[in-house]
Amino acid sequence: MTINEQQDAIIEDFSLFSDWMDKYEYIIQLGKDLPMIEDRYKTDDNLIRGCQSRVWLHADYRDGKVFFTADSDAVITKGLVSMVILVLSGHTPKEIVDADVYFIDAIGLRNHLSPTRSNGLLSMLKQIKLYALALQAKSMQS
Amino acid sequence: MLSAEPITNKHKLDLEKVRQDFPILHRTVYGHPLVYLDNAATTQKPWAVIKAIEEYYTGINSNVHRGVHYLSQLATEAYEGARKKVADYIGARHAHEIIFTRGTTEGINLVAASFGKQFVRQGDSILISGLEHHSNIVPWQMLCEERKATLRIIPVDENGEWSLDGLDDLLRGVKLVAVSWVSNALGTVNPVETVIAAAHRQGIPVLLDAAQAVQHMEVDVQGMDVDFIAFSGHKIYGPTGIGILYGKEEWLNKMPPTQGGGEMIRTVTFGKTTYNDLPYKFEAGTPDMAGAIGLGAAMDYLNSLGLPSVFEAESYLTTYAFKALQTVEDLRFVGNARNRAGVFSFLVGDIHPFDLGEILDKQGIAVRTGHHCAQPIMDRYCIPGTVRASLAFYNTPGEIDRLVTGIRKGVTMLQS
Repeated sequence: MTINEQQDAIIEDFSLFSDWMDKYEYIIQLGKDLPMIEDRYKTDDNLIRGCQSRVWLHADYRDGKVFFTADSDAVITKGLVSMVILVLSGHTPKEIVDADVYFIDAIGLRNHLSPTRSNGLLSMLKQIKLYALALQAKSMQS
Repeated sequence: MLSAEPITNKHKLDLEKVRQDFPILHRTVYGHPLVYLDNAATTQKPWAVIKAIEEYYTGINSNVHRGVHYLSQLATEAYEGARKKVADYIGARHAHEIIFTRGTTEGINLVAASFGKQFVRQGDSILISGLEHHSNIVPWQMLCEERKATLRIIPVDENGEWSLDGLDDLLRGVKLVAVSWVSNALGTVNPVETVIAAAHRQGIPVLLDAAQAVQHMEVDVQGMDVDFIAFSGHKIYGPTGIGILYGKEEWLNKMPPTQGGGEMIRTVTFGKTTYNDLPYKFEAGTPDMAGAIGLGAAMDYLNSLGLPSVFEAESYLTTYAFKALQTVEDLRFVGNARNRAGVFSFLVGDIHPFDLGEILDKQGIAVRTGHHCAQPIMDRYCIPGTVRASLAFYNTPGEIDRLVTGIRKGVTMLQS
């Protein structure tokens, strides 16, 4: 699936729920499918700042594509991380850097997340794009 | 406060009626009636305060102290009247011992800067406690760094209470004690009288961070013989942006101003400026007139309800909440002080406080999560933070029940 097809699939899933508690249940469930980061990558270097909860994010580069693994000590955060990774993981650095991440607004998440949570989500997106940018620069050199 | 004393109803507040005084309590959040349990962060405002501010701007707004015109006279009377109300509320001897600030933080910083400049030298010490809010840590760290002085800490035990065994030794060489009366993170009501007495035996003045105390208990600065107290208007049902520093006249007179400008001067020439008397030498610039008048209105409002009734309602609710929260499986309180204000910090199982706070929010229940600007005490318990529910007299047992139901719902959703 392309990045946008994946985003559209999430938007469609969310449209099935009218109640925010149900949406949260769904987010928590998604967190359980999060590709887990290996313990050795759970270092301070891989911690994302701007979250009240802790998030570790690790990027692997294989066959020209970036694969993300992550974890968090908070389950809602884990669910949010999981959605972002579902959308962006397994794509080329260029696709990730150029991606227009619209699903967060489309499902109304930004308005419902607490400001700290929302800041955390934005710093994670930023970090993911930075990783991709770094890998893109690296691949252009080699 | 939570105590073993039986609950009596002789000062019973009519909660339904009282809640009508607070417009915001009647709004909904995500389709649920609001349950506001974040009162330690800020309290809601009664109509009396909102209207006082409106009347100030619509009826008498003008600059205080210097105008010859009628409105300036009215504004000055209202502003100075508010100062007198605050003085009466805390039992100060003189109105000029009341300095208007922006809040607790500014009051503490003022003392750190002014008292520090005058009295703290290399090798001296400042004594705080392990239970402090960052605003009663950082100003002293900054002062100690600048003066090459030492910051000493009263240790805290597992229950979240001060360990005062070595207090007399800790006090040696200390220039000022600055401690919280009630802990914002755990709700512990600290035995400040003991510390004041011990400090005074060695001739050391004491500042109390009363941000979490003045709204929950009777304050009598003369009876306590405390030298300074700082608190915020917005935590005692008044407006944001206004706070109080009380200082004994004899100390304030010895302390230099920390900000220069209008209001604080008597005469200015390019050669020499002489400073105004108390309290004005500490109030440079045009003050927050509306804020001060709003704070005075908050105190009038509390007095009209009757402070014993307000405190008794809180005491009843605190006991009720303590018992209700104990029924939640796997809930553990962080801090188990024997003497506690209506502040409950807790964790449930291994659920992250941030997750629980968010699920409570979606049910219309406002609590605080995180370290509550008191990282050292969170480190003491090796936790990143807690969920904190903090009560005010306008909260109801029904709201506590909704909190408990909300926590249970959160646990069902979040437990892995």
